[in-house]
Amino acid sequence: MSIGPSAETAAMEVEIEAGMAAGPFPKRIEGRTPMQLAWARLRRDRVAMLSLVIIALLVLTAIFAPVIVHVSGHDPFYQNRDTGLSPAGIPVGPGTRFWFGTDELGRDIFARVVYGARISLLVGVVATGLSVIIGLTIGVIAGYYGGKVDLVLSRFIDIILGFPFLITAIALVSVFQPSVLIIIGVLVFFGWTTIARIARGQVLSVKEKEYMEAARSLGASDLRIMRVDVLPNLLAPITVYATLLIPANIVGEATLSFLGLGVIPPASSWGQMLGAASEGGLYKLAWWYVLFPGLFLFLTTLSFNLFGDGLRDALDPGSDRAMAK
Amino acid sequence: MSQSSEVLMRVTGAVKHFPVRANSLFGGASGEVRAVDGVDLELRSGETLGLVGESGCGKSTLARCLLGLQPLDSGTIEFEGENITNLSRAKMRPYRGRMQMVFQDPYGSLNPRRRVGSIIGDPLSINKTGTDAERKTKVQDLMDLVGLNPEHYNRVPAEFSGGQRQRIGVARALALNPKLIICDEPVSALDVSIQAQVLNLLAKLQDELGLTYLFISHNLTVVEHVSNRVAVMYLGKIAEQGTTEQLYRSPRHPYTNALLSAAPVADPRSADARTRILLAGDPPSPTNPPPGCRFHPRCPKAQANCSVDPPALIPRLEDPPEHVAACHYPVRQGEVLASAAIATIVEEGAA
Amino acid sequence: MTALLEVEGLTVSFGTADGVVKAVQNASFSVDAGRTLGVVGESGSGKSVSMQALLGLARGGKVSGQALFRGDDLITMGPEQMRKVRGAQIAMVFQDPLSSLHPHYRVGDQVVEAIRTHESMSKKQALSRTADLFGMVGIPQPKARVHDFPHQFSGGMRQRVMIAMAMSLNPALLIADEPTTALDVTVQAQILELIAKLQQELGMAVIMITHDLGVVADIADEVMVMYAGRPVEVSARDTIYYRAHHPYTEGLLESIPVPGRGTLRPIPGQPPSVINLPPGCSYNPRCRYAMDRCRTELPTQVHVDAEPGHLSACFLPTTGDWQELRHKVEHQPEESL
Repeated sequence: MSIGPSAETAAMEVEIEAGMAAGPFPKRIEGRTPMQLAWARLRRDRVAMLSLVIIALLVLTAIFAPVIVHVSGHDPFYQNRDTGLSPAGIPVGPGTRFWFGTDELGRDIFARVVYGARISLLVGVVATGLSVIIGLTIGVIAGYYGGKVDLVLSRFIDIILGFPFLITAIALVSVFQPSVLIIIGVLVFFGWTTIARIARGQVLSVKEKEYMEAARSLGASDLRIMRVDVLPNLLAPITVYATLLIPANIVGEATLSFLGLGVIPPASSWGQMLGAASEGGLYKLAWWYVLFPGLFLFLTTLSFNLFGDGLRDALDPGSDRAMAK
Repeated sequence: MSQSSEVLMRVTGAVKHFPVRANSLFGGASGEVRAVDGVDLELRSGETLGLVGESGCGKSTLARCLLGLQPLDSGTIEFEGENITNLSRAKMRPYRGRMQMVFQDPYGSLNPRRRVGSIIGDPLSINKTGTDAERKTKVQDLMDLVGLNPEHYNRVPAEFSGGQRQRIGVARALALNPKLIICDEPVSALDVSIQAQVLNLLAKLQDELGLTYLFISHNLTVVEHVSNRVAVMYLGKIAEQGTTEQLYRSPRHPYTNALLSAAPVADPRSADARTRILLAGDPPSPTNPPPGCRFHPRCPKAQANCSVDPPALIPRLEDPPEHVAACHYPVRQGEVLASAAIATIVEEGAA
Repeated sequence: MTALLEVEGLTVSFGTADGVVKAVQNASFSVDAGRTLGVVGESGSGKSVSMQALLGLARGGKVSGQALFRGDDLITMGPEQMRKVRGAQIAMVFQDPLSSLHPHYRVGDQVVEAIRTHESMSKKQALSRTADLFGMVGIPQPKARVHDFPHQFSGGMRQRVMIAMAMSLNPALLIADEPTTALDVTVQAQILELIAKLQQELGMAVIMITHDLGVVADIADEVMVMYAGRPVEVSARDTIYYRAHHPYTEGLLESIPVPGRGTLRPIPGQPPSVINLPPGCSYNPRCRYAMDRCRTELPTQVHVDAEPGHLSACFLPTTGDWQELRHKVEHQPEESL
């Protein structure tokens, strides 16, 4: 029945009223910037904090991979044909010697998983980083200048998005040899587009704000306005998306390596290991070959995603905030 | 408010139309929005010129044209004797510091992600004035001047109330020591008690710094309070202009009369004594202005020639030269205008 | 004569992440049939929330107190009964009709839905009634316009649609929350005249919430001034303007430009945070007559000039030559600009 704004709006209005009435965050209490408030909210989110811890552990694992492997005692590339394989040539399961078992060539899976973390995080972060740089630039230019520039760039983005991921990946890899660089290249090729769209959307939403007019009235150049007034507004949404893009890129790398298009042995990546485990039904005999790389892949992806969600809620809580928690 | 008769800014024949996109939802005439359709204006040094009008009258567009934020389709703008019409961005830059704007929305006119000191210092850093240290001192001086605590230099706008944000906007406008400040509804979004604070601040600054104001508002009582002269805009043209006294005591244009009678006054005796002139219909859209005198469809005094002859903006009824009105049948002193009945609507407002 | 609406001790609070928002505290007021109560206040005064709470629209908030409408308590009413009251006996009109009307449905259908929720009649009858209502509120070509969508109306016309919808069931009380704030001056005048005309024809009571003391001077019979969630002064219209007692009311009136007045005398400081209210009288940091007592005790409403209709929540003298007496304690308020 249309009798007026919803009650959520009513409560929000109260908060807005109260917020406006709050004045300069009463002189008695130290004022908190939006960043501080967001950080406080994030701290309260236990799931996000836990995810952050896991991510931190993974990063440490990747950084200190050689040390860890030294402690566990096995080199990731060395084929332990006598200790790592049964007389019949079947990989050995998890035990005191090989904590995660061995692969089809007798290599220590624990060491390979640890080194796999390096690949995953490297690819994830670098691919995301490059995507952000390219996507931001193009998105901001398209949104800020509008008109023909926007038209051309937006169509360009649409065309890129029209390419099917796997087939393009296969094509690109077949032209060049599979390598980490190629994987990153493929992921960036697709990854920058969504960031560009997000950036463009944000720019469009702030473009007509009065403070943009104010900047123009002061004689600021376009570049300056983009740098000083536009970019800070993009920080929050892009950070959130980037945090969610990292696991997508990690899974992307895993997928390509699984198909043999990415990291090739003797280098190890989780996806590659999963791919090797699926060959010839090896996984039926060596369940550990699937479990451990899979588990790490799952945990990594989950942690980044949960952290990204928490980050988004902390930065943009929405109307739930008005309701008593 | 001391004034000289020296003309600071002169606008002649300003015209600004906006093309309307073909697939407009409202099915109106595709063509143009004639936001500003021939405006002449003079701003004298040290004065406050009030500009009143309702939505669609073009006052905000005019303000943006004066600052060079929108190019004029035709007409000229002279500032301190120099022609600044449609200058390129580079050529306009030296003038930017001399004329500034205070915006309406205290929440939208400041970038929420930036610190206040940086916002106020923007004009200085854009124009590369002074060193970082010098700029910081200047910004803090400005904050003090407008009644803000200079120690709050590093805070973000969210930590300030609406009235304080407007002060930040004023401080930003003052950074380059302008001669002219265009105030576009500077107090409309503020609480009543805060409005008075900001209005007093603006008056104080005008006295201390010798500023000239173009004060745009739809609130007639506020405009009367701050202005020396007032111009009334309707559908892209000036309907009437004169000193505050002339306009409010002996308004000639029927639209001015209707506006004044409609404006709420916080005084029950006046409210009861006043006969309210109700206009028929809604303010029409500037896409399709009526022919002849634009006001004629809603005008209680309209005659046949009003729909054909646009009236000139000249003194009427033996008025002094500064009091001009664009009306063939101006209102005499003591004349009572007919009011439209509530249910009678002559023309449907084009939505 | 018992009042149409009698509110006692209305309190509304919301729990938020930053603390408890005490939006309305212990508000008491009444409205008689056929009269207009103007509720005046600035941001944070609680003027909107208090009325929304009466109709159960302050969801998420804790509402307590008593609000007798024709003998029934609105606050303790069950949802079923409230649905019968809302729209039919008490109607509400808001500031922004665009957010109250559903953009995807024709306005006629929306009004019809409102009518048929309360009265059983066929769609055709309800639509015809709607067209009548549109005519009554001054929408031209009403029979055609019932088939239009909200965006096809201008602001003033949309507000008329809202008023038509509000009137559709002949409510005894109309609550209008800043109905004209977003409208042009000439359109505002039309809407206010319309409301006044309808009130006369239908004998309706009106609560008009606004921040504009000019609007109140125009249409109100009684005025209630709210500050920081409490009513600080209640009186007949003329009394508020010519014999205001509460320093806040006085301050408000002195902040408004009025023809002939020189410099404005603004109220220093800002409205307080409704989470952290100052102790004692909420207005004391900004009050130029504040005494020690005001900082510790909360004033209750007392009669001014022994008049039953004039109440002020203030410790200053209320009899005799009180307008002069208060100047003895006048000083610079704690909060400066």
